[in-house]
Amino acid sequence: MSVYLPESMQKVYAARREQARALSRRSFIKLTGAAGGGFVLALSLGSSDKALAQAARADAELNPYVHIRADGTVVLYAKNPDVGQGVKTSLPLIVAEELDADWDKVEVHQSIISAELYGLQLAGGSLSIPMNFDTLRRAGATARAMLVAAAAKTWNVPESEIVTEKSVAKHPSGRSATYGELAAVAATMPVPAADSVKLKPKSAYRLLGTRVTGVDNGKVVTGQPMFGIDQRVPGMLYATFTKAPAIGGRVASANLDQVRALRGVKHAFVVAEVGNPVLFDLSGAPAVLSGVAIVAGTTWNAMQAKKALQVQWDESNASRDSWTAAVAEAKRLSTQAPNEVLGQAGNVDAAFAAGKTVEALYGYHYVSHADLEPQNCTAWHKGDGVEIWAPTQTPQAAVDAVAKLAGVPKDKVLLHQLRGGGGFGRRLANDSVCEAVLVSKQAGNIPVKVQWMREDDMAFDYYRAGGFHSLKASVDNAGKLSGWQNHFITFSMDGKQPVSSGNIDKAEFPANVLANQRMAQSFIASKIPTGPWRAPGSNVIAFCVQSFLNECAVAAKRDYVDFLVELMGAPRALPPDPFGGVFHTGRAVGVIKAAAEKSGWGRKLPEGRGLGLAFHFSHQGHFAEVAEVSVDASKKVKVHKVWVVADIGPVVNLSSAENQCQGSVVDAVSTAMGLKITFENGRVEQTNFDQYPLIRIDKAPEVEVHFVSSDYAPTGCGEPAFPPVAPAVANAIFAATGQRPRMLPFSAEGYSL
Amino acid sequence: MLKLTVNGRDHEVGDDVDPKTPLLWVLRDTLNLVGTKYGCGVGQCSACTVHLNGVPIQSCQVPAESAVGQKITTIEGLAADGKLTAVQQAWIDEDVPQCGYCQAGQIMRASALLARYPQPTDAQIDTEMAANICRCGTYVRIRKAIHNAAAKVAKKGSAS
Repeated sequence: MSVYLPESMQKVYAARREQARALSRRSFIKLTGAAGGGFVLALSLGSSDKALAQAARADAELNPYVHIRADGTVVLYAKNPDVGQGVKTSLPLIVAEELDADWDKVEVHQSIISAELYGLQLAGGSLSIPMNFDTLRRAGATARAMLVAAAAKTWNVPESEIVTEKSVAKHPSGRSATYGELAAVAATMPVPAADSVKLKPKSAYRLLGTRVTGVDNGKVVTGQPMFGIDQRVPGMLYATFTKAPAIGGRVASANLDQVRALRGVKHAFVVAEVGNPVLFDLSGAPAVLSGVAIVAGTTWNAMQAKKALQVQWDESNASRDSWTAAVAEAKRLSTQAPNEVLGQAGNVDAAFAAGKTVEALYGYHYVSHADLEPQNCTAWHKGDGVEIWAPTQTPQAAVDAVAKLAGVPKDKVLLHQLRGGGGFGRRLANDSVCEAVLVSKQAGNIPVKVQWMREDDMAFDYYRAGGFHSLKASVDNAGKLSGWQNHFITFSMDGKQPVSSGNIDKAEFPANVLANQRMAQSFIASKIPTGPWRAPGSNVIAFCVQSFLNECAVAAKRDYVDFLVELMGAPRALPPDPFGGVFHTGRAVGVIKAAAEKSGWGRKLPEGRGLGLAFHFSHQGHFAEVAEVSVDASKKVKVHKVWVVADIGPVVNLSSAENQCQGSVVDAVSTAMGLKITFENGRVEQTNFDQYPLIRIDKAPEVEVHFVSSDYAPTGCGEPAFPPVAPAVANAIFAATGQRPRMLPFSAEGYSL
Repeated sequence: MLKLTVNGRDHEVGDDVDPKTPLLWVLRDTLNLVGTKYGCGVGQCSACTVHLNGVPIQSCQVPAESAVGQKITTIEGLAADGKLTAVQQAWIDEDVPQCGYCQAGQIMRASALLARYPQPTDAQIDTEMAANICRCGTYVRIRKAIHNAAAKVAKKGSAS
C-alpha cells in the first residue's frame, strides 16, 4: 500500500480524488474572445461560466486545455508543474491523441495557476496522469467533435463521414480543411454534452504509448532560461538568507551594520519566524524560519557578505536532536513492548509458537532531497499584491500561503509557474517562496530573488525521516509465511503522531494478505523537519519488508519468487488506499513472474555474484525488479544491471515512462548505497556534495525496463519504480555473499560502490 | 574593467563587479547567460561546466579575471549559427533530460569528450563524464546519446 500520510492529509487526498472523478464527468464550455480568433475549451468546475471566463482572461493568452487558433496553431496547456517527471509533455499528449492533432506542430504552454479552471495543480504523489487522464482525453475529443461539426456544416455532409488526422479534417469526396481553417466556424458550434463525446479505443491510438521527446528539450540543450534560478525581473536584486545551524534557532543579534558596508550590499535585515516552519504542511499555511537576509546587486556579492555575517542565535527553542542517541533509543525500544498497536488479525503469537521464527532489526538514515537546483524564488511584494516566479510543486498552496503572508486576497497574488531543477518532494514545501515574499517586502517592495546556497539546501530540508523496523515472522512446516509482526520505531514531534511521511499503514503488505499479523509502533521525540521524499514511506518500507521476507524465504529454504507468488494467493483486488490505489495480487504476480523471466532468474552465476528480486506496490503501480550485483572481499559492490517490470496500465509516453524508471533505479542505487543525513545537537552534519556522494555515471547500472500491457486505468511513474531497488540489491548482496545489509545506506555497514 | 570573450563576442564587465567573482556568476548575473547552472559552488557537480579554449572547466571555481583573453564557450554558444550540434541533437533524439538542470553541463563536457575521442569507449565516457552529477539519474541515456552523437558525426564525416 502507498499511504503514509497523516489522517488530515488522507482526507485532503480523498476529496481531491472525488474532485477528479467529478471533473471527468463534466461537460466543457466554450470561451469566446480568444486572442487571434479560434476557440478555447474549459471545464466548468462549479463556478458560473461568467466567473470562469473572467478567470481565464486574467491571462493575456486566455485559457487552457485546448486553444485552436485561426492561424492553425494548436495550443495545448500543461496544467501541472514539471520538475523532471515529464508531465509538460505527457499531459498535452493525451489531449493531442483525442484531438488528432499534428504533434509536431503543437505548441505547449505552461498554464496559469487557477483552481477554477484546472482543479488541483500539483506535482506530487505520481498523481498527474491518474487524476487527469479522463479529463484531458475528453478535452481533446470535445474539441475534435466541434471541428468535425464545423466541417460537416461547411461541406453540408454528415459528421460520420468525416475523418481527422494530423490537424486536418477530410471527407471522402476529397474535400479537406485544416483545423485552423475550421476554427472560426467551430467556435460557433455548440459544445457537445459530455456523454455524447466518443473516446478512442486503445487500438486506435497514434501518439499514446509511443516515444515522444520532451517538449522543452530544445530549450534545455541550448541553455534557454526556464528554471526558477534563471528568472530576471527589471530592477531585481539578489538575496541570500541565513538560518540557524541548529534547526529552529532564532536570530538574537547580528553584525548588520558591518554587512551593510560590504561591496554591493543594498540591504541587510532580520526576518522573524512565521508559523511553524519545521512542520511540513500542504495546506498553504505560511511558514518561515527566522534568519538574516542580505540583499545585493549580484548573487556573488550577497554570497560574500553572507560569509562575513556573524549571528548570535537564540537556541532556546532549537532542535538538540542527535542521530547517535536516536539509534541507541531505537535499539532500546526494539526490545520493549510497543507504545501502540496499530492493527492486528488472527493469533500471531500462536503462529510464532507453531512455526520457525525469524527476527531482525532494520533501519534507515535520514536523507536530503538534494534537488540540483537549490531552492530559490523571485518575489515582488507590491503592497496591494504580490508577483512570484517560483519552481514549486504546489503552486496553489504557494498562492494561499503568500496571500496570507502578505495580507492580500488570493486574486492579488500572481504566481508564474517555472520549471523546477528537480523536485523529489522538496518543492512541495513553499518555505523559499515565503522567505522571498518577506525579503521583498522588508527590502522596500522591490523584486528580489532569494537564492539558497547548496549548503542552505542541505542544512534546511524536510528530510526523509529515518526509522527502524523490529520485525518478527514465522514460516510453517509447509514453508509458508504463517505470522508477521512489525514493531515500527519512528519519530514524532508531538508524541501523538509520526513525523510527516514517517508513518506506516496498518495494512502495509504483507499484513494485508496474512491471517496472523500485528502492526505496532513506538516514537522517538524529534524536532528534525521531515516531509515527502520520492515515494514517501514506500522508499524505505519496501527495503525492510522485501529484505525480511527474503530472510523468511531463506529460513523456509524456498526460492524467493515461489515464496512471494504463494504469499500473494488468489488473484484479487485488495481494499483501495486513500490515493485510490488498488493493490491487485494478480497484477503483482504478473510483474514478479515477468521480472524473473526477463532477468533469467535461477541461472548459474560466478562466485561473488548474485541476483535479488523485490516487489512493491505504491502510487497505484505494481513493480517487480531484479538486481544483478557482484561483491568483493572488501565489500565493494558493483550493481551490473537492474530489470524493471511495471504494471501502470497503458503507458502514455513510453520514452518518458522508461526514463522515469531508469532514473528511479539510478537514484535508488545511489541512495541505498551511500546517502545519509546525520545530525548532532540539532545541526545537520553534511554540507555539500563532497559529504553527500550522489552516484555518478561510472557507478550507474544498466537498466532494462518492461511495461506489462494491461487495460487498467493509467497511473503515474515518477515514484513507484524507486522502492523495490534497495531490497533487490540487498537480496542480491545476500545471494552473492551470504551476508545481508540491514541498514540504509549500505555504506553504514561497510559496503561501497 | 574586465574584457571577456564569450561565444565569440567581446563583453566589458564594469568595475562594479569584483574581478575575483567566479566566472559562473559573471555569466549568469552580469552577462545574462543563465544556461550555465549553479549546483554546489565547490567544484563537485559540474553543472557550471563551460569551455575555456575548448577545455571543459567548472566555472564556479574560476575567477572571472583569469578568463580574460581566453575563448569562453557556454551552452548558448554551441549552436551559435542556429544549427544544433550533433551532441545537442542526440540529447533530443534520445530524450535525455528529466528536469534538465544539469544537462547544459553534461552537454558541454560531452562535447569536449567527443572532440578528444570521436568514438569514445564506455570507459572513456565513465572517466570524463564522472565529473558531472545528474540528480535525476539520466546516466543511461547520457551514455546512449554520446554514442549516438559520435555515430552522427562519423556518418556525416564519411558522407562528405
